[in-house]
This record gives sequence, C-alpha cells and structure tokens, in this order.
Amino acid sequence: METVTAQDRTTAFDAAVAADERIEPRDWMPDAYRATLVRQIAQHAHSEIIGMQPEANWITRAPSLRRKAILIAKVQDEAGHGLYLYSAAETLGTGRDELLDKLHSGRQKYSSIFNYPTLTWADVGAIGWLVDGAAITNQVPLCRCSYGPYARAMVRICKEESFHQRQGYESLLALSRGTPEQHEMAQDAVNRWWWPSLMMFGPPDDESAHSAQSMAWKIKRHSNDELRQRFVDICVPQAETLGLTLPDPELKWNEDRGHHDFGPIDWTEFREVLKGNGPCNEQRITQRKRAHDEGAWVREAAAAYAAKHDTARHTAQAGAAPAAATAPLHGEATA
Amino acid sequence: MTESTDWPLWEVFVRSRRGLSHTHAGSLHAPDAEMALRNARDLYTRRNEGVSLWVVPSAAITASSPDEKDSFFEPAGDKPYRHPTFYEIPEGVKHL
Repeated sequence: METVTAQDRTTAFDAAVAADERIEPRDWMPDAYRATLVRQIAQHAHSEIIGMQPEANWITRAPSLRRKAILIAKVQDEAGHGLYLYSAAETLGTGRDELLDKLHSGRQKYSSIFNYPTLTWADVGAIGWLVDGAAITNQVPLCRCSYGPYARAMVRICKEESFHQRQGYESLLALSRGTPEQHEMAQDAVNRWWWPSLMMFGPPDDESAHSAQSMAWKIKRHSNDELRQRFVDICVPQAETLGLTLPDPELKWNEDRGHHDFGPIDWTEFREVLKGNGPCNEQRITQRKRAHDEGAWVREAAAAYAAKHDTARHTAQAGAAPAAATAPLHGEATA
Repeated sequence: MTESTDWPLWEVFVRSRRGLSHTHAGSLHAPDAEMALRNARDLYTRRNEGVSLWVVPSAAITASSPDEKDSFFEPAGDKPYRHPTFYEIPEGVKHL
C-alpha cells in the first residue's frame, strides 16, 4: 500500500463531501469536522432523553387509556431516538459515559425547548404538533447529512416523529372542538409553545456561530432562518383547521415574498434559557441525574449476571480463554 | 458509584420479513448476548420491523480497511466482461 499523505486525505475527504458521498466512521476526517459532529449529535441525543421528562409528566394523568398508551409509546420512542444518536456519536470515538457525564455536568447542552414546563394536558398536544413539528422541519434535511451514521439515525427518527406530530395534532383538535374550557386550554398551550418552538431553529443566520462551516461540510443543508420560515408557513393553515390562533399579531401572508411575515423573536429570553435560567433547567438535570443514579443497581446487576454466566460457560469449556474481551469503543466499527 | 463502562457493543441485524436477508440496523450496548437481543427488540423492532434478529459482538467483526479501499477492490475494476452488458448481440435475438 502506498503511503497516504495528509494532503491526499484532505483531498479525498473534500472530494467525497463535494460529490455528496457519505463519510463513514473509519474514514479519515478533519478533527474539526469530528468535533462539530460530536457536539451536534450529543446535543441532539441529550435533547431526546431530556425531552422524555415534560411529556412523561402527564402519563399518569392522561385523560383516557388510548391517550395514555399513545403517550407511553411516544416517550419510549424518545428514549429510542436518544439511543440511535448516542450510537452515532460513539462511532466518532466518544464513549456513552463521557457524553452522559458532560450532560450531567452541564458541559454539553440539550434543546432549550425542554426547559419549559408542561402545565396542562393540552401541552402534550402542543408539544406534538409544534415542538415535534419544528424538530421534523429541522431533521428531514439531516437525513442527507454528510456523516453516514448520523444520516441513518435521522432516517429512522424522522419516520417515527411523524406519529408524534400527528398524535399531537389530533389531541389538540379534540380539545379545540371540545367544551369552551377545553378549547381555551388548547389555545393557552399554543400561546405558550409557539414562540419557544420558533426559537428551536436557533439564532438568526447572521448570528449563528456554527452555520457557515456546517453548511460547507454538508452537515447542515439549510439555514436557521430558512427552516424557521418553512415551519411558519406550514403551521399557519394547520392552525386554521385546528380553530386556534397563533399568538403573533404581525403574522400575515406576504404576497411578494410568497411567505408569511412574522413578528420579532425575543432572543433575550432564548439566551437566558440557554444560560440555564429557564423555568425548568435545574429540575430537568436534577431528575436526569437522579434517574441515572437510581438505575445504577440495574446496570450493576446485569453486569454481574453476565459475568457469572461468562465464568460458568468458560468453566464448562476446558482450557477456554478468560473473560470475554471488551469490545472497542467504535460502533459500526466495520461499517 | 460503579460505572458500567464495560458493557460490550453489539451490532444488530434485522430480517424484515421471511425471504429477505438480515441487514444491519445499528448498534447498542448490553452486558451479554441475551440482553443484547432483548434490547435490540425494544430498540429496532418497535413497529414490527423484523421477524428475526441477530446480535454480533462488534469486536468479532473483521473489516477491510478504508485506507486501501481502492487497491483492495481493484481486481474487479478492469473486468467489465463479467457483466452481461459487455457483449454485443445482434438486434432481434430473443431470450438472451
């Protein structure tokens, strides 16, 4: 095999990205590309598992068995999405414990949206419609992300998110067409979740720290403002069918642009929540750490059981090798 | 607190229906093969995506190196005559 120079590798990487090919775990990649992906995938994974909390808050109080079964399935999906994404992050050489540790110590973030409380049952519907709707708008382009394992995880996630959004919409519709009190509750939930949902697309393009490089690497395919506009345009007619209003007096169709104009977003609030001063930041992390700590005995018991069986099997096989080798860190090591 | 950092990684393969091969679905951590199978069921077949599952320790897989992908697969590169489209057949010849 000929010696591959650093220049050759950079050229091969750039060519693969330019040709819309996927980068796979064992390919050479620039350190900054790897670091960007770890940061983004980790934040995404953390968001999925933290996102279980606001909705799990309503499982025991769901208004019917049907809604309860749906909500359990949805929260279980979020756990699954977290696992797909942690696996993708691991293919970049970052261990799961390290990622969880960074989440617990605040060194890695999760989406700010989950620092808002779910005050009423209608919030579950509003989250499905608006929060999952915004997530889908963000995530569909990620199915074509240049990093293979991330793109593949997103394909699975997007298929499942569609259920999340539709169940939310259906639930809100039932409330909106219910009693005046139920209608009011649905409207109140939409009033509270609309603006934070628009913030989910991140800061405006001219203030977005990572956007340009991520676009060049084809990790990102559309700008924050472009996706935000797409989401607003999608939501307006959906709100009409719901019989609910979106809480923005400046929201109106702009014939010239072919898009809806909308009012200014309160970025001060966004930055405050990001800094840790949202209504539920502390509660979310405290609960996450507690769940992790209280689950320790389960992990230990499973490991002890596995070790016992391993020993028994090896004792049964005369001259067998000692305990099973620990697998290397990288997932899809061979992909 | 003891951390379970040592749970091995498993690659998961799913047969989506009878008559098709198992295909790679993703990976997960589990302490042993039995738990890996159960976790794989919960993680990769929540919507009837499979009728059969394989879990394989990631460490047990030997892979070709991405660095030599060109040279490793090169032997097949200059043998177009292995493809049926290589051959010119007169117009009108049927069933060939």
